[in-house]
Amino acid sequence: MPVSTLAIVLVLMALSAFYMGRRRATAAQANGGYRTSSRPHHHGLYLAIWVAIPAALVAAFWLLIQGYVIDSIVLADLPPAYADISPDRLNLLLQEIHSVAGGGIVGREVDDGLRLLAERYHDLSMIGDAARLVLVLGLAIGAFVFALRRISPRLQARERVEKVIMIFLIVASTISILTTVGIVLSLLFETMRFFDKVPITEFLFGLNWSPQTALRSDQVGSSGAFGAVPLFAGTLLITLIAMLVAVPIGLMSAVYMTEFASPRFRATVKPLLEILAGVPTVVYGFFAALTVGVFFRDLGDAIGLDIVSESALAAGVVMGVMIIPFVSSLSDDVINAVPQSLRDGSYGLGATRAETIRLVILPAALPGIVGAVMLAISRAIGETMIVVMAAGFAANLTANPLEAVTTVTVQIVGLLVGDQEFDSAKTLAAFALALVLFLVTLGLNVMALMFVRKYREKYD
Amino acid sequence: MTDQAINESGSESVRSSTVSDDAFRGRLKRRHAADRRFRLIGLGAILVALTMLGIILVSIVGKGYTAFVATEIMLTVDLDRSVIDPKGTGDPAVIGAASYGKLIRDAMMAAFPEVKERRKLRSLFGLVSGEASHEIRQYVLDNPDAIGTRQAFWFPADDNIDMLVKGHIDRKSAEGDRKVSNDEIAWVEQLEASGAVRTVFNSRFFSSGDSREPEIAGVWGAVVGSFFMLVVTLLLSFPIAVMTAVYLEEFAPKNRWTDLIEVNINNLAAVPSIVFGLLGLAVFLNVMHLPRSAPIVGGLTLALMTLPTIVIAARAALGAVPPSIRQAALGMGASPMQTVLHHVLPLAMPGILTGTILGMARALGETAPLLMIGMVAFIVDIPSGVMDPATALPVQIYLWADSPERAFVEKTSGAIMVLLGFLIFMNAIAVLLRKRFERRW
Repeated sequence: MPVSTLAIVLVLMALSAFYMGRRRATAAQANGGYRTSSRPHHHGLYLAIWVAIPAALVAAFWLLIQGYVIDSIVLADLPPAYADISPDRLNLLLQEIHSVAGGGIVGREVDDGLRLLAERYHDLSMIGDAARLVLVLGLAIGAFVFALRRISPRLQARERVEKVIMIFLIVASTISILTTVGIVLSLLFETMRFFDKVPITEFLFGLNWSPQTALRSDQVGSSGAFGAVPLFAGTLLITLIAMLVAVPIGLMSAVYMTEFASPRFRATVKPLLEILAGVPTVVYGFFAALTVGVFFRDLGDAIGLDIVSESALAAGVVMGVMIIPFVSSLSDDVINAVPQSLRDGSYGLGATRAETIRLVILPAALPGIVGAVMLAISRAIGETMIVVMAAGFAANLTANPLEAVTTVTVQIVGLLVGDQEFDSAKTLAAFALALVLFLVTLGLNVMALMFVRKYREKYD
Repeated sequence: MTDQAINESGSESVRSSTVSDDAFRGRLKRRHAADRRFRLIGLGAILVALTMLGIILVSIVGKGYTAFVATEIMLTVDLDRSVIDPKGTGDPAVIGAASYGKLIRDAMMAAFPEVKERRKLRSLFGLVSGEASHEIRQYVLDNPDAIGTRQAFWFPADDNIDMLVKGHIDRKSAEGDRKVSNDEIAWVEQLEASGAVRTVFNSRFFSSGDSREPEIAGVWGAVVGSFFMLVVTLLLSFPIAVMTAVYLEEFAPKNRWTDLIEVNINNLAAVPSIVFGLLGLAVFLNVMHLPRSAPIVGGLTLALMTLPTIVIAARAALGAVPPSIRQAALGMGASPMQTVLHHVLPLAMPGILTGTILGMARALGETAPLLMIGMVAFIVDIPSGVMDPATALPVQIYLWADSPERAFVEKTSGAIMVLLGFLIFMNAIAVLLRKRFERRW
């Protein structure tokens, strides 16, 4: 029985258990003597939980380990022909066994040794599936019988059910922690392997990035160069351009919205600005590559400057436009949080609105604005699609915004999209870059939150 | 300050203002001018942002609206029995294997009898799409009685001809600068003069999958792939996010562990999306061995990515429910769990759903993590389940944007318009939900 059918059977069993439990409790309640704290449906839920949850847990666990167990049984007594096989070949062999057993290889001759192994694998899988079916259904039925006998007027069904629900809530809330742990572990693990092949100092301080590893180790220049400084420099350059666009425009729009605009103007313009935030990044990328890049190149031709169409300028400007609403809505909140008394005091002294904003409100809101800018920087550093589509792929250590540069995210995409051999330094380098990206953005976010918190405490 | 002091300083200021009245007025004027300038700068910033939005939308729509129409060329095809079914078997296998390309070529030569040269003939045959022979084949298989008759068919034009007819290629530019030759332009003009060229609504764009041929490539495969992915994302992230939010907002004790969870969720919301893609690659593909480029992997990855967004929205919605509701329920003897499940959660649901839809909209537009988990493959077939290889709408846009053919620029913009349409639809639902159901206490 496939997994989906098993799941449906379990759900049906749990449903019928629910109705059976509820009917039993209702019938008994008619005779009096039931605790009023537990309603009949609590008894039904109690029964359903007993039927479904232990069985589902066992099924999930079985599903997770069955593959590994069968693999190791098959590999434990390999025929002598495979006796001195290397670990790399072993993995390949395992994959072949899987696809032959699954009927995946059609129209190609399969040698007898492999066929025997595949048959053994297939048989074991059948046994495993059957055992899983028997075990899971047996467990569900057993639990049902056990729980049905416990249903009685004295049973605190509601308390039990609520305790299970609470466990579910707690487990759900730890998933976010698991996600972070998963990110850190997967990045860290691959990064360590990368640093086995390439020294960490070369990665962090090397000036040369050309990750093309050759297919054979005896080819010229096969090792590749993994100095990431040009990528960091390119990322910083594009981020700087983006900030030069986004911070003034975003901040000034927020100031105008909070201090000058009429409520009607605000109500129309704010949603319009938020559309900018809702446009998918791939659309910005297309716009940057096809419209802005070409526009800057033609502009450069017209005034006698040599601007490549994949210039850092084009990618940075479009990224800045993307971040405008981000900066503006964050600063909007921050400026709104400045107490009215400060404004009133300033107006009372005869200051104009512009003077109040420049000399009172912005200084008062500064920590919050710094926090907002840091969040915006972390956004720009991690942005991928705009730079993938509009910036260059070749590493180029320059501070000239009219030339093409590459960024960390572009290289991650370049290294991982397409065919990849899993153990090469090229693939692993992507994980090392991602770890750097993760740590930098994490640091910026933590610092930004600290700034914002400090700012809030000042006026609360 | 004593009265005397006020008097003294007052009389002095009166005296000085009479002396420097003009200077004071001048200063005030300058200050007001500075105020107006500041205000104009603010307004200018907003205008710049809105102009950029306008330019983006106009450039996309301007490039893309022609994707919704397609050029068709009419050919009168002789459904020659000696080509389709020479032995008269009527067997669908024989009919299906016939050379329909030859029928098209014959029809072309009949329409342009003056073209003889081999090289020119080849470009003449290239006027209609390679898809034409499949269409005839399908027609003959559906209507076997038509064999032996002459029929007029409208075939999709080749992508370059399509561009020419739509005016994206300048007919007056030098021959070397454009993708169509002078001969081809002459033929097309001859066809146009005889009414054998028309532009119709491009239904193929909305019903077919990807293709190497721009004229028959469509977004439907990507739309279906995106749909399956969002279903997986929603089924996973919504319940988990609501449970997390309920626990943190209603039950969690204030201690180190729950603090950690909170900080962690806020940080996860700001992790670059590409990092989630690498997580998906490492965990779902390399450890769990799920199929590459399947919607289930994309959905799982996007679920992890949208989870913090929905948790934050759901917590805000739960926190907005006034404590009086909880107190009343508890006072009536409900357990804390009953209070939350029967009273607080239903009242917070509109807010939670609004946040969820906005999170889903963000997931729909996300591209970078999907590149990491191999959803960039070229896939023609429409996926029929979460385990089938598929692509997603934003990834399709990325792939088309990378294609060199001029016609794909139009397709890309068209696909972007479809994507923006879905996003506007989802946001409109969210706004509606907020307006209609959200209560302010």
